[in-house]
Amino acid sequence: MKQIHHILILPDRVVVDDQPVTITTQGADIVTELYRRYMNDYPKFFKMDLLSRLGLVAADILLQTEGAERGAERDDRAVVIVNRHASLNNDRAYEATIQPDNYFPSPSLFVYTLPNVVAGEIAIRNHYLGETACYIAAQEDVEPLIASTFNEHTTSVIGGWLDVTDEKEFIAKLSIWTH
Amino acid sequence: MVFAAAHSILLGEEHSDMSFVERCVYVAREAIEEAGIADNEAQTLLVLSTTKGDNLDLWTPALQIAQALGCTHRPIVVSNACTSGVCAQITAARLLATGPYKYAVVIGCDILTDFIRSGFEALKALSPEPCRPFDSDRQGLNLGEATACLIMARGEEAAGHWVYEAGSIHNDANHITGPSRTGEGSYRCLRDVLPTEIADLACLSLHGTGTPYNDEMESIAVHRAGLDSVPVVSLKGYYGHTLGAAGLLETIVTMRHLDSGLIPAAKGYQHQGTTYALNISAERRTTDKRHFIKLLSGFGGVNAAVRWRKQ
Repeated sequence: MKQIHHILILPDRVVVDDQPVTITTQGADIVTELYRRYMNDYPKFFKMDLLSRLGLVAADILLQTEGAERGAERDDRAVVIVNRHASLNNDRAYEATIQPDNYFPSPSLFVYTLPNVVAGEIAIRNHYLGETACYIAAQEDVEPLIASTFNEHTTSVIGGWLDVTDEKEFIAKLSIWTH
Repeated sequence: MVFAAAHSILLGEEHSDMSFVERCVYVAREAIEEAGIADNEAQTLLVLSTTKGDNLDLWTPALQIAQALGCTHRPIVVSNACTSGVCAQITAARLLATGPYKYAVVIGCDILTDFIRSGFEALKALSPEPCRPFDSDRQGLNLGEATACLIMARGEEAAGHWVYEAGSIHNDANHITGPSRTGEGSYRCLRDVLPTEIADLACLSLHGTGTPYNDEMESIAVHRAGLDSVPVVSLKGYYGHTLGAAGLLETIVTMRHLDSGLIPAAKGYQHQGTTYALNISAERRTTDKRHFIKLLSGFGGVNAAVRWRKQ
């Protein structure tokens, strides 16, 4: 198994295939800056929580770097997300809408209270009908989990470590993996 | 091969005073004892299936459960929405095939909190009456609570046990909450795990939440896979939707019935409520066949299926 492209997004740094990317913002604003620069054609982005935004943008930059034709349905590429904090950042935002004195549960926040939804968002954007998975695990287990995904159907994986602690602390360390 | 060495279930009303970790440790200890595992420490991997874990934390309880059970390998939490319990079986089978473990303790658990209840309420997915999966008058789902543990083992001494035959996960790439109109992901999962002879299938244990869209989607997927004649098992009428536990609970309950040659009655079902007719009955039926498929689908557009065969 090898990584053919990789990306790192931190609150103060973006690196694609070992090349630093110039950014003008900090924190969660970086994700929006990257969206405007690299995508800017997917308004659904603004409805998403930070975990989904981060994963979607990171995946899109990787796919642009890969340079293969996009848009056709395919089921040979899996999306595998591994992290520590699940969807906790968005869970807290949803929780704030169900306080006894302020009870207005928000369906649009609730749907992002699952950590696998980001994998679904990447699948929807890219018409991937293959496997999507989310694991909460140790960072050392990213590679074994991604390796275990390969089989006769799945011949490449986009994924890796994607963790949001809060708006100030997050990391996307994703790759495109092939045999 | 990988086979089911033991299983254990704890249902909602039995454990309301126990914490998330206590419930998981309880079912796991029961199953470990039944499986007769001598040396947990070196041989056993913990795979936890949950959507909300212990008060929104999924990783800390996994570490606590692993420690309580004496599993020194790093645990893996599978959190793939309502398909988690089936995906966890697939993950365990894959890691058993390649890893240093002999056993995987696969536990499914979710606690029914206001967080979950309010969310399903906000999505208008809840039924005001006991749910009626696949029925023409179905009005939504009931939430339920369970903890279930399946011990999966790698080895050749599987006589009399259920053997893991196949597993598949597919995304609909359609919508994060709405089921696919063509049943795309579920259809592809079914297609991937079919036995050589469809006639060998005792039953299809479906998701059957009782929501109009889910059950319709499943009937389309079953029809597309050519499985209209296979008896359907629908268990949410008994247990409700137990979220991260559902895949394990429903796999184990299906195994237990088939062990006695039975296909459970579809509680709440009366009249055909899907475009394609399913082979479903409100009466308990009998079978002598040895394969079954467990299918689930969930938010994030994910679908998952496994096939088990009685050795």
